[in-house]
Amino acid sequence: MNLSELQNKLLAAARRNPPDSHVPYAFEKRIMARLTAMPNPSEWLAWSRALWFGAAACVAVALITSVLPLQASVDEDDSFSEGVEQSIMASMDDFDSIQ
Amino acid sequence: MQESMCMEQSDADLIAAVLRGDAASFEPLVAKYSPRLFSTARRYARRESEVEDIVQEVWRKAFQKLSSFRGEAPFEHWLMRLAVRTCYDFLREHQRSRERSFTDLTDPENDWLEQFVRAPEEARDDSDAARQLVERLLAMLSPAARLVITLLEIEDRPVKEISALTGWSAALVKVRAFRARAEMRKCLRWIAQEKYL
Repeated sequence: MNLSELQNKLLAAARRNPPDSHVPYAFEKRIMARLTAMPNPSEWLAWSRALWFGAAACVAVALITSVLPLQASVDEDDSFSEGVEQSIMASMDDFDSIQ
Repeated sequence: MQESMCMEQSDADLIAAVLRGDAASFEPLVAKYSPRLFSTARRYARRESEVEDIVQEVWRKAFQKLSSFRGEAPFEHWLMRLAVRTCYDFLREHQRSRERSFTDLTDPENDWLEQFVRAPEEARDDSDAARQLVERLLAMLSPAARLVITLLEIEDRPVKEISALTGWSAALVKVRAFRARAEMRKCLRWIAQEKYL
């Protein structure tokens, strides 16, 4: 079987039989009914903007709530070391006062 | 009377009216270009419900993106770009269900192939069997191959036009056309092996 000839023959068959351009009855009426029932694109824009603002606010809150405990733990570390130092030095002070 | 006046308006006037908020001015555009869109969609989808879905999707996109139409080229060209891209999306969404073999050929299709093997010049390319065979063959191709074969080989469009319709570069169109022809020959080789070996 000559495949390239078969290919040419079948493509010629496709060229000779263009598809039908028939439009179903009242198609444009149905399309218009759907299009006018669709929300206005500007409403979509307003919704998408609001959602983006909401997402940005959520990210900001998440960042603040994750940074604040870290800051607090740093402060706690300082107070702990100061406490240790004071208690050691206090014993040294007591030792000096006894002598 | 008002309807006939509306029909006489140019595409540009109708589009301007739609963009000003008069959605009803879109209807003459739908009525004017739907036959062209149905004809295009029927090249890529077999079932009439799928064809209708494709055309509806094209009109939905056209309505929503109408503000991006700058009027530099005719509205029909802009619409056909949307149509071709929507058909390509349809092919990609349905590529899992595309045909994989030629085992279930009908009797007329088998007869046409037998005729071709016996005397290629006597196998008529205007017969229904040949048309059904080529539909089967196209249904076996990958989405990109089917699109490029349809536009280049069947609709005889130049590479530059295909590039504008698909959004692919001219070089990519040529590469995809080369691969598509090879894919088509591979499918035909399967037929030859399944039937005659």
